[in-house]
Amino acid sequence: MSLTRLLAIAMKEVVQILRDARSLIIVVIMPAVLVLLFGYGVNLDLKGLPVFVYDRDGSQQSQDLLKHFQSSEYFQIARVVGSYPELTRALDDGSAKMGIVIPWDFSQRLRDGRAVQVQALVDGSDDNTANVLIGYAQAVVQGYSAQIQMDWLRQRGLAMQPASMSVETRTWYNEDLESSAFIIPGVLALVMSVIGAFLTSLTIAREWERGTMEQLISTPVTAMEIMLGKLAPYFVLGMFDTVMSALIAIYWFHVPFRGSWATLMAASAMFMVVVLSLGFFISVLAKSQFAASQIALLITFLPAFLLSGFLFSIEQMPIVLQWITRILPARYYVSVLKKIFLKGTPAHLLYADLVPLAVFTFVLALLATRSFHKRLE
Amino acid sequence: MQLAWGLLSMPEIANPVVPNSVVMDKLTKRFGTFVAVDRIDLEVRKGEVFGFLGPNGAGKSTTIRMLCGLLKPTSGHARVAGYDVAQNPEAVRQNIGYMSQKFSLYNDLKVIENLRLFAGLYSVPSSKLQERVEWALSMANLKGQENLITGTLPGGWKQRLALGCAVLHRPPVIFLDEPTSGVDPITRRQFWELIHQMAEQGVTVFVTTHYMEEAEYCNRLALIFRGKIVALGTPSELKRNLMKGQLLLVECEPLGDAVEALQSAPGVMDAAVFSNALHLVVQDAAVAVPQLQSYLAERHIAVSRMEKIRPSLEDVFVSLTTGREAAEERKP
Repeated sequence: MSLTRLLAIAMKEVVQILRDARSLIIVVIMPAVLVLLFGYGVNLDLKGLPVFVYDRDGSQQSQDLLKHFQSSEYFQIARVVGSYPELTRALDDGSAKMGIVIPWDFSQRLRDGRAVQVQALVDGSDDNTANVLIGYAQAVVQGYSAQIQMDWLRQRGLAMQPASMSVETRTWYNEDLESSAFIIPGVLALVMSVIGAFLTSLTIAREWERGTMEQLISTPVTAMEIMLGKLAPYFVLGMFDTVMSALIAIYWFHVPFRGSWATLMAASAMFMVVVLSLGFFISVLAKSQFAASQIALLITFLPAFLLSGFLFSIEQMPIVLQWITRILPARYYVSVLKKIFLKGTPAHLLYADLVPLAVFTFVLALLATRSFHKRLE
Repeated sequence: MQLAWGLLSMPEIANPVVPNSVVMDKLTKRFGTFVAVDRIDLEVRKGEVFGFLGPNGAGKSTTIRMLCGLLKPTSGHARVAGYDVAQNPEAVRQNIGYMSQKFSLYNDLKVIENLRLFAGLYSVPSSKLQERVEWALSMANLKGQENLITGTLPGGWKQRLALGCAVLHRPPVIFLDEPTSGVDPITRRQFWELIHQMAEQGVTVFVTTHYMEEAEYCNRLALIFRGKIVALGTPSELKRNLMKGQLLLVECEPLGDAVEALQSAPGVMDAAVFSNALHLVVQDAAVAVPQLQSYLAERHIAVSRMEKIRPSLEDVFVSLTTGREAAEERKP
């Protein structure tokens, strides 16, 4: 191994990256874009959903009920309409997610102590949103109903404190249940997949495509020197982007960071080697930039996106998919990220994730070094 | 460009004295069932400009790639600068410079960055780096152009830069695979001057080409056809010894009809079109000329010129290869 030759390759690679606007944009802007995109754009919390109301009663009581809806942060009473067709039109065109119809005899029935039904029309095209809406709506109505019953009893002098039971909840780790705190740490895995696998998958393939590889391998430089020289700049860039993404997460999105930076950097370095090795391996096999970039996206970015637990929790996946996630390095890295950020889990409690990650790092690095030979065949 | 190699001292050649810089012994390369290089035996002397001449697909590049350790020979051996190409490819690579057929420097690097890269790859010590880079720049006539992006250079400049990068470490042997393809004739001529300057300093130059006129610049030539060496010698030896019969130049109208007629004419061994005239191979020119004059007149072909000429390498090559093609077609 000659340091001179390794540095010559690394220097060349750095100059090429700096001179190529596309890769520079990917390196500098993409991490920020991804973090901001997922920080703002992907919000799994349902808040302020637009609700249209058709109040056929127009009484004090019906207004009370609507106030309960309005005071819930989940609903936003967007408009009060005067006819049924207006309501259905709003649901059809999507301006309302739910329509509430209060019957004309709402207050009358309440006064008579009879049962009353309030109609809720829910847009079920997104089943998840619909389920959440129904749940919230029931909770609001039940709360109001209980209040009416208490008032009724009190008015008849029967007020007493009935025995009741409730769950006192305290949420740990993500106290405000902000989905951004759940999502953003995992974005680091996406950023690294793009920098590590996507960009590096192009570097070797590009040399084959442009014919420069033939000149390169006619010199005494060894396969190992080519590999390390090419990957070193991307390793540095990848780690830089990791830190940058983490800082945006912590200082811009106020994602809690409770663990240690040392653990974060160690795990990130391992995952970086994993994606770099995969990118290099793909590049050696594909020999064309287009094929290499497609394969890189398919085997690093997509699994990191869909199966790593980054957005969708692994426990809720079908059992077969759960098994598949076990062979994905991204799964272990995302798990480490979430634990470091939100829980502050110390390194010695992260073995279940760090050990598989280390094994992948070692195996894939070995695979990459074995894949590249200085022959034209 | 002229001052370059002469003014600066020549390399201490790293390797023990070897009688021949390149030795091939039954060197063979097969791709599946296709035999690209077929049992080539060849020796190239130190300081020689050795031409490897043949049509596209004859096996020139494959041979050169085996000699540079880029392809593994299927069978046979080759030694370059004293090292076996299959056993010790890294030692071979340290002692050669290689210019591949396709331009293969980095187009997005500056001239100086390409030079520094290859200086690094050949482990040119940093104490000598400046001197070597200056030397390569002056040799390639690129002084003052260091900061141009390589991709923007004209073709001929790129070729000179590629040569400069390939010889930065002053290798005793250089391999040039069609170094002048796609370069204008003046630049091509300058490039050959450069090659000869290097050879004068004891560097062995192994160069492939399919330009017949370029082959005349070589000290010795091997003609390769379908993976086999069909002729070997100096350009004048080849022209003198290998031409069976004598050569006639015929200018006539219409050319197409004439070729057809002459191929079956008595006493004509071969007829081929060379630009706007015909070259005929005949046993004895003195006898053939009057015969053919009347033969063509009978067929209403107007002859404006018919005379005996000295064969060019191209004629030699055509005559050698057509003979072989015919022989191979006769095989069952």
